[in-house]
Amino acid sequence: MTSQPQTAVRPAEKASLFGWWRWRRIEGYLFIAPWLIGFVAFVLGPFLASFFLSFADWNLVRPPTWVGLEHYRTMFTNDPKYIKSFVNTVYFTVFHVPLILVVALFIALLLNRQLPGIGVFRTLFYLPSVTAGVATAILWRFIFNYHYGLLNQAIGLVGIDGPNWLGSTKWAMPAFIIMSTWGFGSLMVLYLAGLQGVPRELYEAAEIDGATAWDKLLNVTIPMMSPVIFFTMIMTIIGSFQIFTAAFVMTEGGPADATLFYILYLYRSAFQWLRIGYASAMAWILFLVILALTLIQLKLSRRWVFYAGEELT
Amino acid sequence: MEVEQGAVRSSGSLLSSPGWRWPQVRALLFNAFLYLLIVAGGIVFLIPFVWMVSTSLKTLPEIQRIPQPLLPEVIRWDNYYVAWTSLPFTRWFFNTAFITVVNIFGTLLSCSLAAYGFAYTRFRGRNFLFVILLSSMMLPYHVRLIPTFLIFNHLGWINTFLPLTVPAFFGTAFYIFLLRQFFLTLPKELDDAARIDGCNSLNIYWRIVMPLSKPALAAVTAFTFIDSWNDFLGPLIYLRQDSRLTLSLGLRMFLDFQEGTGDLHLMMAASVATLIPILIVFFFAQKHFVEGVTFTGLKG
Repeated sequence: MTSQPQTAVRPAEKASLFGWWRWRRIEGYLFIAPWLIGFVAFVLGPFLASFFLSFADWNLVRPPTWVGLEHYRTMFTNDPKYIKSFVNTVYFTVFHVPLILVVALFIALLLNRQLPGIGVFRTLFYLPSVTAGVATAILWRFIFNYHYGLLNQAIGLVGIDGPNWLGSTKWAMPAFIIMSTWGFGSLMVLYLAGLQGVPRELYEAAEIDGATAWDKLLNVTIPMMSPVIFFTMIMTIIGSFQIFTAAFVMTEGGPADATLFYILYLYRSAFQWLRIGYASAMAWILFLVILALTLIQLKLSRRWVFYAGEELT
Repeated sequence: MEVEQGAVRSSGSLLSSPGWRWPQVRALLFNAFLYLLIVAGGIVFLIPFVWMVSTSLKTLPEIQRIPQPLLPEVIRWDNYYVAWTSLPFTRWFFNTAFITVVNIFGTLLSCSLAAYGFAYTRFRGRNFLFVILLSSMMLPYHVRLIPTFLIFNHLGWINTFLPLTVPAFFGTAFYIFLLRQFFLTLPKELDDAARIDGCNSLNIYWRIVMPLSKPALAAVTAFTFIDSWNDFLGPLIYLRQDSRLTLSLGLRMFLDFQEGTGDLHLMMAASVATLIPILIVFFFAQKHFVEGVTFTGLKG
C-alpha cells in the first residue's frame, strides 16, 4: 500500500542527493516509532495476550493450565454474579445513554444563541465533566445519603419522603443514572461545535418556506447534526460499559450486587481473586459486545445519519 | 462566533419598529423564557458544588440537623487543616503532581512526533498505519489491562510510578489524531519554504510546526492533566504502599477511615481540596478544552 497524497516532487527534493531522498522515505517511521513500539507493546500485544489468557487457568502462583472454553462456559451457565454484572451494565447503559445525549443536545440548543453571559453557563455546564473522579463520587455518595443528603432534603421540601438511594436495590441504579447525567458537559461542547457548523442558509431557506422553530429543529438541525450525534452515541455507549470509579467509591457494587458493574467484577476477578484467565475471558466478551454494538449501529446509521457532502465527514 | 438565530435578530429590530408587533413580542418573551431556563438549569447543576463547599465548612452537628442550613453558621476553615493533615495528603499531592507533569511531558513529546510523522512525512503504509491508529481508539482499555499489568509486574514495576508514567512516552491514539488534524491545517508553503532554506524534518517539526501549534498542544496538555489527575484504576492496580498513593487513591482510603467516625464535613473538605488544582487549571484553560474538542473535529 503506497500512500502519497501529494506526489508532486518539490524543488528542494529534486536537487537533493539520492541518499537524502531515501532518508526522507524512512524518517517518517522514526517520527511514529514511539507510537508504533507502544502500540505493539501496550495495545496489540496485550490485546492478543488476553485472548490466549482467556483459555487458561492462572492465579500467578502456579503455572497456567489450558482449560479451553471452560471460562466462557462458566460465565454464562454457572456464574450468576457475572450475569448480574452484565445485566446491571446493560440496564445502566439503556437509560444513561439516551438521557445524557438528549440533555446535552437540549442544553447545547439553548446555549447556541447570543444572550448576555451565555459563556458563563457553557463553562458551568462543562465543569462537572472535568471534575469526574473520586472526589465527585464521594460528593454524590453524600448527596444520596438517606438522612442528610441534599437530594432527599430537596424533595422533602415538596413533601416526598426520599428513598434510601444507595442502600436500596431498587434505587441504587437510578442514583447512578442521575449522577452520570451531571457529566453531560463534554458532549454539550461537541454539540455546540457541531451547531456552529450548520450553514445559516439552511435556516434562512426554511424560514422562507414558512418553517416553525420545531420544523427547523427536526428537518435542519437534527439531520445536519446526525454525524456528531452518531459519533457521540458510539463513544458514550463504549464509555458506559466501562463505568468503574463511581461504583467503586459510592457502593462497591452493593447493595446485594445491585450496582455490580462489569468492570468492577472484572477488577475483582483479576486483581483481588487473581483469576487471571477468567477475567481475561470477561474482558474479551466485553470487547466482542462493544464491537458488535458498534457494527450494528454503523449498519443502522445508514438510515438516519446524514453526511452533507464535504461539509461534515 | 456564535450563530445568530432568527429570534435574536427580530428582537434586535424591535427598537426601530414603530409599534410592538406580536411576532416581535413573542420572540422577546421566547428569549426571556430560554434565558430563565438556562439560569435555572445552571443553578441546578451548580448546587452540588456549592453544597460540597458549604458542607466542608460546617460542623458535624450542623450537617446532621434537619432541615440542614444552606450556609455554615461559622465558617470552619479548620476542617481543611484537620482533614488534610489526618493522612499524608501533602505527600499524595506531590505524587499526583509528579505523575501528572511527567505524563503531560511524555504525551506532548510522543504524540506530536507521531502526529508530525502522519501529517508531514511520506512512507510506505502510512495510511494503513493511520487507520490502525484510529481503530485502536475504539479498543476498550480494559481488554489490555490484565496483560499490561502482567508485563509491569514481570518488570518489577509494581508500587512504582513507572507503570503510570512510562506509557505516556509511547503516545496516545486520540491525541496523535487531534494533533495531526491540527498540523494539517497549517499552511503547506511554510514547509516548502523551510526546505528550500535547508531545514530538515526535525528542524521543521521543532522550529515551525510546534510553535505554530500552541493551541492544539495546550488542548492536549489540558486533557492529559485532567485524565492523569483523576485517574483511579491505574493507581489502584499499581500502587500499594501508603506513601506512594495518589490523591484519588488516598481520598478513597480517607473515605474508609471516615466510615467509622462519620465525619462527613472532613470528607467534603478533603474532596474539595483535591478538586482545587483541577478548578484552577479549568478556569485558566477552559478555552483550550473547548478548542480541543473542535480540533478533532467534525472536519477532516
